[in-house]
Amino acid sequence: MKTQFSRRGALTRLGGAIAGLLTLSAARAAKAAVQKVLVSSGAPKDYDPSKHTWLMCIDVNRCIGCGLCVEACKKENAVPEGPYFRTWIERYVIAKPEPGSGQTRGETLVDSPNGGMHGFPPSPVPKDKIEHSFFVPKLCNLCKFSPCVQVCPVGASFDAPDGAVLVDPNYCIGCGFCIQACPYGCRFLSPVTHTAEKCTLCYHRITRGLKPACVEICPTQARIFGDLKNAAPDDPLRKFYENNRVQVLKPYLGTEPRVLYAGLDKEVR
Amino acid sequence: MTGEITNLMAGVMPRFEGYVYPNEAIPHPLWGFLIVLYPYITGLVAGAFIMASLVRVFQVRALEPVYRLAMLTALSFLLCATLPLLFHLGHPERCYEIMMTPHFTSPMAMFGFVYAWYLMAVLLLELWFDYRHDLVRWAKVTPGFQGFIYRAFTVGVTDESPKALALDEKLGRILSIVGIPSAFLLHGYVGFIFGSIKANPWWGNVLMPIIFILSAVVSGIALCVFVYMVLTWTRHRMVDMSCLDTMAMFLFYALVVDATVEGLDWLHRGFAAEEGFSMMQIMIREKLFYTLNLGQVAIGTLLPMLLLGSLQLLRRRVPEPVRRRMIFGSSVMILVGVLAMRWNVVIGGQLFSKSLRGVMGYKLEFAGVEGWFMGLILLSLPFIILTVLVKLFLSERLPSGGHTPHGCVEESAHWSKLTNTCPDEFRR
Repeated sequence: MKTQFSRRGALTRLGGAIAGLLTLSAARAAKAAVQKVLVSSGAPKDYDPSKHTWLMCIDVNRCIGCGLCVEACKKENAVPEGPYFRTWIERYVIAKPEPGSGQTRGETLVDSPNGGMHGFPPSPVPKDKIEHSFFVPKLCNLCKFSPCVQVCPVGASFDAPDGAVLVDPNYCIGCGFCIQACPYGCRFLSPVTHTAEKCTLCYHRITRGLKPACVEICPTQARIFGDLKNAAPDDPLRKFYENNRVQVLKPYLGTEPRVLYAGLDKEVR
Repeated sequence: MTGEITNLMAGVMPRFEGYVYPNEAIPHPLWGFLIVLYPYITGLVAGAFIMASLVRVFQVRALEPVYRLAMLTALSFLLCATLPLLFHLGHPERCYEIMMTPHFTSPMAMFGFVYAWYLMAVLLLELWFDYRHDLVRWAKVTPGFQGFIYRAFTVGVTDESPKALALDEKLGRILSIVGIPSAFLLHGYVGFIFGSIKANPWWGNVLMPIIFILSAVVSGIALCVFVYMVLTWTRHRMVDMSCLDTMAMFLFYALVVDATVEGLDWLHRGFAAEEGFSMMQIMIREKLFYTLNLGQVAIGTLLPMLLLGSLQLLRRRVPEPVRRRMIFGSSVMILVGVLAMRWNVVIGGQLFSKSLRGVMGYKLEFAGVEGWFMGLILLSLPFIILTVLVKLFLSERLPSGGHTPHGCVEESAHWSKLTNTCPDEFRR
């Protein structure tokens, strides 16, 4: 068996193989772009995401730490038992400074037992030693430049045109990169589906004209939810915006969170 | 500190101190021992290849005896590089999506392409061009299944004309030149996976890819020293001392550069003392005390640097057997130290909360996908593959004409006779 071994032949075969590989992946990428339109998000078929911009704001001063929102979220979204939360409440207890210590404030204690789902135990700091105590509800920060979406290797995490950051459970490979990349600890790897999960703003509800479960159940209206594109002048979202100076979490990371907080403290991260 | 030791044993529940985000309070870190092995194995590939290209590209003739061994080592580790990643996925059956529908902003998505490029276009092709002539000759003199394997690997290209052989050599060298930036890309990218995570102050660092590349080169050369010495011992052959001394020299200088850049990194972190600095201090003083200070710094860097450095100064005064042991010991220590470094990066980055208010524990278990038994299997797999490859392609019974270990070169002069009439000793 004698085969002519020529430079041209070898290069042609090599080039052909590379071209074949590239075309194949390009074709699959195009197919994926089409599939994106049909992505499994839980929205009804007639829902047009380009006509909405959803937003949630948090009024820290109103939260009483009852934990109903956490429980409602777990039930509504079938969030697994254990340390898996799409939303949770943190309690901050800032002690008074020791007299003569020269400090502006004492130690800050933060806790969130079981995500605050069943409320909080009595404070470890005696009442007369507390300078400030408040509750901070946490959820996906709906970043404009979301690091979780940026790092997803297959594009299963994506920014919906209406502002929600979603995960396609039929596409996620469960590598956990997005969970590492989220600075706010808002994602988890579900022990049931083995895919990344997060707050979807109850996408199956808001796309049908309902409010997210946590907003619906909050007894003090600490969570304010609305559609910026279709907001009436007296919309609670507009009112919240007019009446408060707002802050976001970890602004220095450049993720530009869209979830706005009123009444935050420097200790909140 | 003691927690670090007890956490390595089974039966200790993970502990959380301070406040961690509720989603972070999981019993095991998201990326466990498998993800420690992934950059380790990939680094060994890149390092072994750089070591081999010293011969091909930089014409370091003293290293000729380990060229093929280094290339085969790189290949056997590269074949296993994706396994830890694959096993740790929540949905391994969807892994092909990384290649088929990649998300181009993701550092992880690029791995499939870099890996495929490196395996197919660089390593396999270079090995094939290097081995083609030998494969053609071996196929003629080897009967049975082994002969069939050699024949199959020639892919039907059996031209032995001087022109074809010159082309083999030229293309092999071009591939080797292309391979150096590719090896840097392969492992620099692994560093980028961690370095690009700005959410994590332990990882998010612009020097991370560079540190990964440099430590990869160090670990790769150390692996070549280890494999070469083990191979000569099992074959009861003499170690080529000029080759070993040259490897030790390159190992020493690579180690110096690596240690300098890593030291610079720590200096910068300490000086800048950004938001997560208090957490880093806890990592160094408590959570990673043994693996960092003892494993990575003392065993992995200072001791080998001392041993290899003294050899650079006093080489002629140290007798050969002592020198061999010193170099072998250094290479083993470096291999352990670089594994500790990967551990410190991967596990260390998950031992504190991103709220920067608390720390987590880690319990490395025996069983399970992320257990150390699985890790041991994954670490020994490349060595098993390498044994097979060495038996096939570095066989002592089949003299070769190319870059070969332990003095087979002189035998290649007899090849003109062998190709016509094959002597019995080559027929088993």
